[in-house]
Amino acid sequence: MKFAVVVFPGSNSDHDAHYAVSHPLGEEARFVWHKDTSLGDADAVILPGGFAHGDYLRTGAIARFSPIMADVRRFADAGGPVLGICNGFQVLLEAGLLPGAMLRNDRLHFRCEFVNVRVEQNDTPFTAACRPGQRLLMPIAHGEGNYYADAAVLEQLERNRQVLFRYVNAAGEETRDANPNGSVRNIAGLCNEARNVVGLMPHPERAAELAVGGADGLVMLQSAVHWFTRRAPAAVAVARSSSLSA
Amino acid sequence: MRVRVFVTLKPSVFDPQGTTVAEALHTLGFGSVDGVRQGKYFELDIAASSPDEARQVATDAADKLLANPVIESYRVEVDSAGGSR
Repeated sequence: MKFAVVVFPGSNSDHDAHYAVSHPLGEEARFVWHKDTSLGDADAVILPGGFAHGDYLRTGAIARFSPIMADVRRFADAGGPVLGICNGFQVLLEAGLLPGAMLRNDRLHFRCEFVNVRVEQNDTPFTAACRPGQRLLMPIAHGEGNYYADAAVLEQLERNRQVLFRYVNAAGEETRDANPNGSVRNIAGLCNEARNVVGLMPHPERAAELAVGGADGLVMLQSAVHWFTRRAPAAVAVARSSSLSA
Repeated sequence: MRVRVFVTLKPSVFDPQGTTVAEALHTLGFGSVDGVRQGKYFELDIAASSPDEARQVATDAADKLLANPVIESYRVEVDSAGGSR
């Protein structure tokens, strides 16, 4: 499976994502510069963490107009799996590929620590290998992760089961203290209505092997492979039968 | 033509920075300051033949980039004197 990792000026988790895909996961990763106009033959796209374009104006506000974003949108519209991590999530929000917006953390701290999130839904490309309700310990590193959406959008998110991750405590309970940034309803990550575009503030790629303090994030990348190989059998079967008959 | 664009968080949206500035002002003795909302201010110099045209360009720029309509609203002021005050 081929993962494209988009590199914006100011991305800083691009190499982490590339490494996590190449090594602990064992799949193919390649960088795509933000000024490129094609994702090539990628099977999945990662928008990495960092501070794209210095986060000037608003987080993700300039990055959404980078040339590569037209092809990211095309890929997403065609049902391709897109994962936005931290700053990548903020870019997806600004681009309108996911609903809502980010505000400054409510207690004004830049939060850099491990947090627990609960997996709310496992029918997306990046949660398919998770158990429902599974708790994942992953690091966060952000100053603007205070997710906001108005009441109507929130109602729609809940009705469509688009909230994928919520901040919880070690016991798996959704409490105020477990919420590092004031995010509405403890939302740490969500997907679009078609469920192929996923964004979250925690960094699964920075928790993909035990050597770095945790491997809980690896399951999200494994999910993509799981989703891809389960979705592919029909196409593979057709290809095989035609090659056998030939 | 000089156009000013003021971008502010919508009243319904919590403003952590404004709240913190208000608390700092209270600490400094500005007890009469009941609230602070922090926003952004832009000055655009636009080559336009009329104030209406300049306003339209600034409005388009605000809609597309300067403000995020999910959380922010904006106000546009055209300085038809050319900004040379």
